[in-house]
Amino acid sequence: MARPALDAPAVPADERALRAKRRLRRRETRAALLFISPWIIGFFVFTAWPIIYSGYLSLTDYDVINDPNFVGLANYERLFEDDKVRLALQNTFFFTLIQVPLYVIVSLALALLLNKAGRSAGFFRTAFFLPKMTPPVAVGILLLLLFNGQSGMINQALGWFGVDGPAWTTDPTWVKPGLILMSLWSVGASVIILLAALRNVPQELYDSARVDGANWWQQTWRITVPMISGALFFIFIVNTIAGFQTFTEAYTAFFGSGNTTYSNDAALFYVIYLFQQAFEFLHMGYASALAWLLFVIIMIFTAIQMVVSRRFVYYEGEQR
Amino acid sequence: MTRATARWSALVVAAGLSLGACASGTGDDSSSGSGSDDENSITFDPEAELSGELNVMGFGATDEIGQVRLDAAKEALGDVDVSLIEGDLDIQQFLSSMATETPPELIYANRDQIGTFASRGAIIPLDECIEGEGIDTSMFREPALDQVTFDGSVYGIPEFNSVQITQANQKLLDAAGLTLDDVNGSNWEAISAANEAMHTNDGGKLSVIGFDSKLPEFLPLWAKANGADLLSEDGRTAQLDDPKVLEALEWAVSIYDAQGGFGAVKAYRDSADFFGEGNQFATNVLGAMPMEQWYVNVLNDVSPDAPMAFDTVRDLEGETIAYASGSAWAIPKGSPNPEAACRLAKTMTLTDSWIAAAEARAEARAEEGKLFTGLLTGNAEADDAIYEQFVKPSGDATWDAAIEATYEANDHTFVLPANPADSEFKTAWQDAVNRVLNGQQEPKAALEQAQNEAQEALDAAWAEWDADEG
Repeated sequence: MARPALDAPAVPADERALRAKRRLRRRETRAALLFISPWIIGFFVFTAWPIIYSGYLSLTDYDVINDPNFVGLANYERLFEDDKVRLALQNTFFFTLIQVPLYVIVSLALALLLNKAGRSAGFFRTAFFLPKMTPPVAVGILLLLLFNGQSGMINQALGWFGVDGPAWTTDPTWVKPGLILMSLWSVGASVIILLAALRNVPQELYDSARVDGANWWQQTWRITVPMISGALFFIFIVNTIAGFQTFTEAYTAFFGSGNTTYSNDAALFYVIYLFQQAFEFLHMGYASALAWLLFVIIMIFTAIQMVVSRRFVYYEGEQR
Repeated sequence: MTRATARWSALVVAAGLSLGACASGTGDDSSSGSGSDDENSITFDPEAELSGELNVMGFGATDEIGQVRLDAAKEALGDVDVSLIEGDLDIQQFLSSMATETPPELIYANRDQIGTFASRGAIIPLDECIEGEGIDTSMFREPALDQVTFDGSVYGIPEFNSVQITQANQKLLDAAGLTLDDVNGSNWEAISAANEAMHTNDGGKLSVIGFDSKLPEFLPLWAKANGADLLSEDGRTAQLDDPKVLEALEWAVSIYDAQGGFGAVKAYRDSADFFGEGNQFATNVLGAMPMEQWYVNVLNDVSPDAPMAFDTVRDLEGETIAYASGSAWAIPKGSPNPEAACRLAKTMTLTDSWIAAAEARAEARAEEGKLFTGLLTGNAEADDAIYEQFVKPSGDATWDAAIEATYEANDHTFVLPANPADSEFKTAWQDAVNRVLNGQQEPKAALEQAQNEAQEALDAAWAEWDADEG
């Protein structure tokens, strides 16, 4: 038996360690992929594939019942000629533009209050979160009751201050403000996220600021907001996307079964129009094109927000 | 990304995509996958012994009217296993089942959906079912049958019927020195005057609605009362810009304007306890309105002592009219058991089945000490028999008048013809009315816009149908 050459070059210890590390990393990667594969498969089956397929459908005339007929870009051309697309986009932009900042401000204000609540914080945290548990359909119905121009609680409250409240549910000028206010019903989840972020702000920063003579507003603006900017950005971006996709409450209140014939153009949001085209008029091809347009719009706004966030959002441990 | 990561990712992507492809169910394979598509193999025979499954989508036997007839149908179906997918027909659910080629055997739909379903090939013509099972279509009310007849073929078996009658508060009429004739539709000036006399609006706050013209839903009723139809008889031409439709809309809207605007009336209407004992008639805060006949049952149940008065709705010539709607049975394309579906549809709508159901209802009402107000169906023969056998004078002239008005209205109905763009047509005219009610547009401009939208949708849908048929 030949003896191995003793003078064969030995593998350096560094390289051996590196190889072992690579093997371990490969094993871990494989294990990780295996563990998350149910999600990945679910994602491809229930999200990626429908997205890809809707891209194909957007190039067809498809009524869900018969086979799709390829029509090229006709559905996309129609988007630009359809007055209701313009109206739905206007309504949706208006809603998102007002609702998102208001939602974030109210969430932050409530979180700041809760942060000071002391022992009763637990109770208030639950109290603020409970409305979030209300199904959106119920919120839509609730809107019609609370904002009823004749006997609704909102107008009654305004009446205590001598204000004659508007016809929130029929006057096109007031329909969207009513929906925006109603959306604040579900700020609970955002409040909890911001509260968690507030609890992570180091107390030393406030102590130092107080020593330097900073008042509450200065502490909030100079310390709190920057330190929780990551959480604020998350809420901002998620709500922007949700704003563009707003559907259930407005549909229930103004287009759903509770209002079989009464509707209001002022509440015709983009996704409502998309739903009408898909499931009421059976224009699934056109509805798919509408969905892709919305996807592009959301992508553009999200990209803008991501770029802007680089300047304003601070992440813990980040060096600038 | 390492090579191994790339390999794993590719594997997962491939698995996801291939599984996704399997799940799509909307391939180009034009065969429906059900044996029933081979129409030659279908034999509709009243004597045939049937078996298999029968899934009915959109129907629930929630009361004795449904249960008694369903029991009769199950008996006629023998070994067939009947399952109900209850609740109103869910269009998304139905379309999904069609897209995945797993349609239910039978659906229960609104009659105004039949034209659209038929034009898309979602449901099959029932001519063979009618002939094979020996269904006597002469017993059906003509307008109901018209509503389910598309391009010369019957696609649905009519079931219930719904009509409007004039429902009024006698106390408010008396206080204003008015009679039912002032609010039954025969004279619009009289209605406007009655509305003026009965409504109360203190400082912008409405406390009594004089007359509710029930827009947007009843525009077809007011247009018909003025001698106009929203859609041509063949279902191809929108007539929304007809001057008579415009006149009807302007008048019906003026009723709201006189009371402080639609917003005020709707807000007040929405705040009412519509189904409870504090309803607007019982609390004397609504003068009159046209309303479907089922509301008579509600009023009689919850507020039998309300000061009510009833008449039919009348056109400007004084003739009774009613805008009918209702339900129908239809068999989806690819139904795995169309023979059983046809048998069930037939049995549910047989005169004898309706009579048995009415008898059960009349007995149940008698046990509760309540009035049986009759039953309106798409079957004229059954309606007559039920009226003769079970509708007895109650001794209360008010409620008896309601029943009389209901049956008279049922004999004077009209419908919007079946068409392939029903939903878009309806949306077009309802949106137009809503734009006017919301103060966004003048009636003329709104109806002109609606006419364009509706006609465009009709033209496109009919062109597709004509091309397929041609």
